[in-house]
Amino acid sequence: MIYNVIGNYSLILGLFFGLALFYFSLKNFRNSKALDAKILSFTFLQFFLVVISFLCLVLSFVVSDFSNETVFNNSHTTKPIFYKIAGTWGNHEGSLLLWLLVLTLFILIFLVKTKNQPIKYRILTLVFQQIIIVGFFVFLIKTSNPFNYIYPIPTEGLGLNPILQDPALVIHPPILYLGYVGSSIIFSSALAATSLNLVSKNWASHIKKWVLSSWVFLTLGILLGSIWAYYELGWGGFWFWDPVENVSLMPWLALTTLLHCILVLEKKSILTSWVIILSISTFALSMSGTFLVRSGILNSVHTFANDPERGLFILIFLFSLIFLSLFIFFSFHKPSKNNPSSFSLLSKETAIIINNWFMMYFLSVVLIGTIYPIFLDVLSSEKISVGPPFYHKLIIPFLIPFLIIMAIGPKLKWIKSNLEDKIYLITLLVVSILLSILIVKNFSSNLLINTILISSAFYLFFITLRDFFINKGFKNLAQNTAHFGFSLLILSILFNNLFSTETITNLKVGETFENTKTKIIFESISQKEEKNYKSIMAKFTIQNSKGKIENLSPELRIYNQPNIVTSEADIRTTLLSDKFIVINVVPNQELFNVRYQVKPFMLWIWISVILISVGGLMSFLKKEYEK
Amino acid sequence: MKNKLLPTTITLIFIIIFIVFYKGLKDTNIYTPETKINNKVPSLLVNLFDTGKTVNTFEIFKSDKFYLLNIWSSWCVPCREEHSILMELKNNDSLKVIGMNYKDNKDNAKNFLKELGNPYDKIIFDKKGTHAIEWGAYGVPESFLINNNKIIKKYIGPLNKVSFEEIKLLIK
Repeated sequence: MIYNVIGNYSLILGLFFGLALFYFSLKNFRNSKALDAKILSFTFLQFFLVVISFLCLVLSFVVSDFSNETVFNNSHTTKPIFYKIAGTWGNHEGSLLLWLLVLTLFILIFLVKTKNQPIKYRILTLVFQQIIIVGFFVFLIKTSNPFNYIYPIPTEGLGLNPILQDPALVIHPPILYLGYVGSSIIFSSALAATSLNLVSKNWASHIKKWVLSSWVFLTLGILLGSIWAYYELGWGGFWFWDPVENVSLMPWLALTTLLHCILVLEKKSILTSWVIILSISTFALSMSGTFLVRSGILNSVHTFANDPERGLFILIFLFSLIFLSLFIFFSFHKPSKNNPSSFSLLSKETAIIINNWFMMYFLSVVLIGTIYPIFLDVLSSEKISVGPPFYHKLIIPFLIPFLIIMAIGPKLKWIKSNLEDKIYLITLLVVSILLSILIVKNFSSNLLINTILISSAFYLFFITLRDFFINKGFKNLAQNTAHFGFSLLILSILFNNLFSTETITNLKVGETFENTKTKIIFESISQKEEKNYKSIMAKFTIQNSKGKIENLSPELRIYNQPNIVTSEADIRTTLLSDKFIVINVVPNQELFNVRYQVKPFMLWIWISVILISVGGLMSFLKKEYEK
Repeated sequence: MKNKLLPTTITLIFIIIFIVFYKGLKDTNIYTPETKINNKVPSLLVNLFDTGKTVNTFEIFKSDKFYLLNIWSSWCVPCREEHSILMELKNNDSLKVIGMNYKDNKDNAKNFLKELGNPYDKIIFDKKGTHAIEWGAYGVPESFLINNNKIIKKYIGPLNKVSFEEIKLLIK
């Protein structure tokens, strides 16, 4: 009870510190010899208050204080302590509080870490960041206060949605938020730098770190979400082009493009407009993600709190930020005076620009696929849903040139000079094509496009692989690791799609299903009572054509609070393929619906995304190391 | 200025996007667990609040009268708001109000009724909140208008003047 009061007042006080910071920043901006000590201490205090407020919410969850509406709606006394704590950010109110926590933390780090930057730039970044922070404070306090009070106090809570009770999902939101919110710093700093005309090499090398760190977090965040979808939802896939997944992919695409532009800006002082626009759009996309998900405007498997009032607030807030940034961009930005022809047509930079355009294309496909249904619904009341075929048809063909440019782009410098490398490049291309023809011919009857696609992915794979061996020092290792990871990702996804097999059948206990490749024996079934659910365990024996035997036991869980049945797939992961089995109840019959899948290279999808992030991390650490 | 066309166009595009999103928000289609409209009343064995007797819901809604099943709880704030409307509906002869007390403490619920009056002909005691789910409800308060053992209308959230008039019209 006391936590409710403390948490609530800390939030209100934090909002006042935000308003005070505007005043002191503007005062300091006019007379900018040194940074006012008050600014730093106020920023710290604001952060501190949000920490207190967050801890209050965590404690309310831990002690199951049901006088708090958020706790009542999302927790239950029988829940394990781990998920009680995780329940703090597993809901709308708590997750917004987490946003705020990260926002205030990041601006504090920014101020502490930028002692060498111009004072005016630091203050202006703080002002833009405070606009966002104050906006979130008002949003939280007004529409989604996590400390609402209920009286009389209920004795029991309603429970956390069981599909959210999963370790991957416990760390997924915080990591994803670190990525999203990191992009807010990039946004504020880009606006500040544009207003002061500071977009330069210097600025690029300082903001690069923020870009890299948010990029790594966003990549890992998406990975965790994907792992959760694969292991918990039990649909047998890792990416469904669901709107909620798309809204996390869009900022990632923008951020990835931004990362490459920043690298060029840092070396050559070009692409300033790209950098500014991408900095703005990355954050705008992160925010619109929040809008689309939280307002209930989209129908999706992950429906969160549906509340039009909340949606309206975010919508107005988001568009105010967009119009503010458009205004700043058009009135202050002066396109770089550098002559664009100062780099040659056949250079790394050209390759990066071409691939930027491809990335923008992928981004627009995802964007259109996600928001087109909303437009259609509003304009003609027609309801459609955009599924995987749309994305596959529009994205896959363009991956081919994208991959090839990604492979030879970093090499373009020496194409002009070095003959030996030219031979290498061509030999590897031939090897890739031959290998792909071999694979596609042997395993699938399908099409020219698979061969070309796999060839280009192999091509990138071999070229980056070779670069690990021809020693070029630490310099390109980060880039190479990330690009190698990306080629591995594309290869794994392709093989996974092409060579997956699926068997669906209805079985009773004791029955056997058999086809040419596999034999599925439904051995037995057993029941068990757990703390907050009842579990039905099935035992299956799977025998493949070579006689290899595998035991799998998928599970059905019947949770008591709230009353929901979930099916836990049993997944046997090996280095080369995953065996995946899931059961479902067929209503009013003794039959169980059994779905058995063999999915090659699943593990490598996760590994390759981790490699990509490791590449980003290495690049992040490299700068520290050199300094 | 060099060119004002670009900023104007982009601003216009964003304004259009804003308007579309704004309109989209106005008619948000909220998911309902399962719409049980025009469905038969589920046949469940339930306990009655006062006597603790076990009865079948089928028995409760047996006659050809109109029934309003109201799911409520003493801890639910909006239930307090709609209570006066239920008290008014009680006076209507062609309608019987049936309560379903949802995840509640019996003493709290009794005090609630003592304070605000008891509009209910019978009260089903749903301590665990499972019956409400069988009815396709997803929160409190919620009300179902029933006739001839069929659910003809479902009200999500507290009843208000508009739904009050509508109910009166429907049961005429």
